[in-house]
Amino acid sequence: MKHAQTYQLNVDEMNGFFEQLSEKYDIYAPVRISCGGRYAKDDSIIYQPINTYQEIEFHERSTYPLKEVLTPITQTLFYFTEDEFKESKSPQKDILIFGRACDINSIKIQDQIYLKNGNIEDYFYKRIRDKVKFILMDCPEQFEGCFCCSVGANKTDMQSLAVSDNNGSAYVQVYDSDFANYFAKYAAVNHEIQPPLKNELKVDYPVIDNLELANKLKEHPMWKEFDARCIGCGSCTVSCSTCTCFETTDIVYTQNAHIGERRRTCSSCMIDGFDKVASGQSFRKKTSEKYRYKILHKVYGYNARFHTGPMCVGCGRCSARCPELISYPATLNKLSQAIKEIKGGVQHD
Amino acid sequence: MTNNPVKPTACKLLDIMPQTQTEWTFRVKNNLPIKHGQFMQLSLPKVGEAPISISGFGNGYVDFTIRKVGKVTDGLFSLRKGDNIFIRGCYGNGWPIEQFKNKTVVIIAGGTGVSPVKSLINMLCDDSDYAKEIYLILGFKNSHSILFADELKKWQTASHFHVIYTLDDEDYPGFQKGLVTDFIKKIPFTAFADEYECIIVGPPIMMKFVGMDLLMNKIPEKKIWMSFERKMSCGIGKCGHCRIDETYVCLDGPVFNYTVGKKLID
Repeated sequence: MKHAQTYQLNVDEMNGFFEQLSEKYDIYAPVRISCGGRYAKDDSIIYQPINTYQEIEFHERSTYPLKEVLTPITQTLFYFTEDEFKESKSPQKDILIFGRACDINSIKIQDQIYLKNGNIEDYFYKRIRDKVKFILMDCPEQFEGCFCCSVGANKTDMQSLAVSDNNGSAYVQVYDSDFANYFAKYAAVNHEIQPPLKNELKVDYPVIDNLELANKLKEHPMWKEFDARCIGCGSCTVSCSTCTCFETTDIVYTQNAHIGERRRTCSSCMIDGFDKVASGQSFRKKTSEKYRYKILHKVYGYNARFHTGPMCVGCGRCSARCPELISYPATLNKLSQAIKEIKGGVQHD
Repeated sequence: MTNNPVKPTACKLLDIMPQTQTEWTFRVKNNLPIKHGQFMQLSLPKVGEAPISISGFGNGYVDFTIRKVGKVTDGLFSLRKGDNIFIRGCYGNGWPIEQFKNKTVVIIAGGTGVSPVKSLINMLCDDSDYAKEIYLILGFKNSHSILFADELKKWQTASHFHVIYTLDDEDYPGFQKGLVTDFIKKIPFTAFADEYECIIVGPPIMMKFVGMDLLMNKIPEKKIWMSFERKMSCGIGKCGHCRIDETYVCLDGPVFNYTVGKKLID
């Protein structure tokens, strides 16, 4: 961890800081949307541009993950005419995003797919990613179902600043010298913002170290129950900090059917049609097969390709969003058990 | 700004050549280098984008043979000669043609699976010195679904070609009735010594049974090559649709050796 000075600012001072930043930056943070949830009188917390410190929701986990700032659920890639595709406009300002350690670490996984896989950089991801800096949010309370410590996502060094909300004032720890000038008028205080070091939930994250074992696990009976339990809605993958899959679709304007937009929309391996080829064939027809495919990507496929650990930051959103109350950590524990069985030579019919 | 890998380029549609009622070959202007067995992303403004295998290419053009099945392909079938079509690519590894040099090549393909291997067969036909002998077993459902009829005739008459054309469930001149797997026993593998390679392309179920049959005939796995078809939105390893465990069909395929392909369980 880099050495960094800490300052204490009250709300007005923080808002003054945000105002100064606004010349160069758009600031995104989790914001509570009253009655914006999926049930009556249920709120949602989503990443949005903010102007003031009071808009930031510090005390509850955001419903949707930080990745949405970089890869929105729907974004326009191109505008097209009959002869030409033209890229949509790039973000104009630089971007500062408030996120917890798990949220910020999840962007490493987005980077891996969008910038590194196949040694091809995705133009639309790259152009926004280059503009992004992170503000680490202190995470003293943690939330139900979090297990960042089990996957090593509790600490990060990607932050430019760290902010801890302290009942109406804020501790700001400055890591990036680009921001030092903003704090020249304040005296440094002796306060270190600490990462969460322990979660209530501990997950023994399974390790699948070879394809033979992964293929044997595909045959294991543990997946069968999800045919009855999982409804294949895709809520888990939309809320996942690390999922990256998308569809490309074209729309045309009703006033002129010769021009329109090509859009990229968040997709999910949990929904029908994700693997459907032109001839109509699908490769994973049962919900249990889709669920198995998703879990084994997180646990096996991603790490087998990139050798950077699990495709999971332990944020707990997938379990929190599941309308069928399926627990991802519980699935991981079952998977660990299945691995032990297979390695121990237990046979299933 | 850097080059945008998913930005398609408008290319002129040079010709449309119907093969069957529902399968047409679209000839598109192209000067990019292509390897046998690669694919491109075809897009139609207003409709969408889809990966299509390259069924032929030559000086200044590329061919796509497309069945009218989906939203993207419906749009293609309303185009006319001279219209623009948007393409990007090429993508994928293509057939390992170096492996086929001076060897006997056995190609077993079914239905639209003939498309991704057609340009390779033509190359092996035109350059009779490239490989030794070519054994083809090509299967179609019935007489209405026969593709590349002119080329089938050409390959039949090539002196270094041994061809068996089949229809699943119809008696028809020039074709034997039955599945491609029924005719594998007619290939004299023992006469090839060790100098041969096999190619399988077709629907997954066909590739599975042909693969099993070849193994039963004691063909070593490493001599078998196959091409996979998967859904893709990007073709460059981002959209996730074609991923099987750590393998991306768009980046690592679509051609796989059997030793690798047999482990790719969706």
